[in-house]
Amino acid sequence: MAAETASFPGAAGLRRRKRTERVIARLLFVFSAVSILTTLGIVAVLLLESARFFADVSPFEFLTGTEWTPLFRPARFGVLPLLMGSVLIAGGAAIVALPLGLAAAIYLSEYAGDRTRAWLKPTLELLAGVPTVVYGYFALSFVTPIIRSILPGTSIFNAASASIVMGIMIIPMVSSLSEDAMRAVPQVLREGAYALGATKFEVAARTIVPAALSGILASFVLAVSRAIGETMIVTIAAGSTPALTLNPFTSVQTMTAYIAQTSFGEAPQGSVEYNTIFAVGLALFALTLAMNVISGMILRRYREAYE
Amino acid sequence: MTGQPSGVQRRPTGRPTDAVSDVPKDFQPRLRARARAGTVFAGLCFAATLVGVLALAALLADIITDGWHRLTPGFLSGYPSRFADRAGILPALVGSGWVLALTALVAFPLGVGTAIWLEEYAPDNRFTRAVETNIANLAGVPSIVYGILGLALFVRAFALGRSVLAAALTLALLILPVIIIASQEAIKAVPDSIRLGAYALGATRWEAICHSVLPLALPGILTGTILALSRAIGEAAPVILVGALGFLAFVPKGPLDGFTVIPFQIFSWVSRPQVEFQELAAAASIVLLVMLLLMNGTAIWLRNRYSRKY
Repeated sequence: MAAETASFPGAAGLRRRKRTERVIARLLFVFSAVSILTTLGIVAVLLLESARFFADVSPFEFLTGTEWTPLFRPARFGVLPLLMGSVLIAGGAAIVALPLGLAAAIYLSEYAGDRTRAWLKPTLELLAGVPTVVYGYFALSFVTPIIRSILPGTSIFNAASASIVMGIMIIPMVSSLSEDAMRAVPQVLREGAYALGATKFEVAARTIVPAALSGILASFVLAVSRAIGETMIVTIAAGSTPALTLNPFTSVQTMTAYIAQTSFGEAPQGSVEYNTIFAVGLALFALTLAMNVISGMILRRYREAYE
Repeated sequence: MTGQPSGVQRRPTGRPTDAVSDVPKDFQPRLRARARAGTVFAGLCFAATLVGVLALAALLADIITDGWHRLTPGFLSGYPSRFADRAGILPALVGSGWVLALTALVAFPLGVGTAIWLEEYAPDNRFTRAVETNIANLAGVPSIVYGILGLALFVRAFALGRSVLAAALTLALLILPVIIIASQEAIKAVPDSIRLGAYALGATRWEAICHSVLPLALPGILTGTILALSRAIGEAAPVILVGALGFLAFVPKGPLDGFTVIPFQIFSWVSRPQVEFQELAAAASIVLLVMLLLMNGTAIWLRNRYSRKY
């Protein structure tokens, strides 16, 4: 009895352990504050640095101007051509990725057997792991020559090539998230449709896809947002010509490519040209954040449906 | 779902009818046509899935045919050069190694610590929910925006210059949400009975976490961390903003040295019109993909080796 009491940690030991406990809890709290600080840092940097740009250029001209010529005299700072470049390429990527990704999701969720799925799904997801700079090389060295052999008038740097490759890149994003949504559809809906005499195709197209629609739409929005924020493919393959065009066979410049190419170039720090990086960055951040928030809202509505 | 089978029209009738008389007189099951449509649809879906796989195969074939003959011992041990035949990626390899190590050193404790706090300590209040929403939104911020943050904060405000450390800190913030989310999943998967058992033996909260929960969650945490790091090692856009150097004639020796990394070296070679430099870009891409394959392989091995079910 006496020996057991002696080996039991005394009041001093307990106090020490409680102190450790408090220190750890506080330390972990500080760690989790870093992610909040990151967001605040991004917003602060973009706002403060853009303020310098907007001291020289009116926000109205920036948002509505149709010419982007920061390096020419007279310099014009209308962001619309860059926005158009981003939208054109993301739109092209969506045309490639949304139908392919959705069809792949339907196949993986409704048709593929366990053994096929076991190798097909990870293989498809490898596409999301390839570095974007490698995709850029692939677009320039493989896809562009094919397009130019079909349409000889296409310029070396063009929106189409970047769009196609970016579409391939975001396929797994669409297919994985859509497949998750389809697998979350309760089995009773499938069985109910079969009981009414529907074929497998009718179950997939008329029951599962409509039931999973909000999850599918959320994946679409998220994938397009990812395409708008992607940098290297467009920097390498789409060119550096800000243009208000919908022609995918010419050179364009996206917001992301502009930021990368300008910071890679020789614009002197503190000049208006240099500060454009932050103004365009702010526009890019606001646009992608809005799309991600919308995607989350669509997804939350869907979650409520089956709880 | 309102599952009205195709071809069946429900007619409103005043008196109860049996199911058969509900079917219109002209109803044709068209079983063969519907079965054929199903076969065609299944084929199309399978073909669509294969497009992605074939694109991956084309990408690998393209890079290997362009770059394979440039992959010599001299390429791995050489420095960038104006002459393609003498150019190598040693500084980029070492730079990527430095960035990888420093990024892991910063991001791993921060990410795992945040996950532990969120799962084990955080009260269920508005602040906690704000942190979680914030992490989800950070995961969707384009990588080049992190580059802008790194340029303004680490390169200039902290005066770290265009250094290995500035790049590593930037990439650490970039992958932090990925590590946090993966670690949260791993910690969530540890059943409560483990915690309760530790408490019953007199452990404090941290002792329960440290000695009982974390050892079980560690394989999942490590897998997520390695996957996040493999994303960091492939990023070029933030590194361009932070100021990697295209022609580095030395190997970085400390965290404040100038640097380059493999993705940036690929970018700087692919930006040159000459065929020889394009081939160098392809060869460096092979090196990068092999590194990523090794990292992903390790992650999968860890998961299979140590994963348990409760």
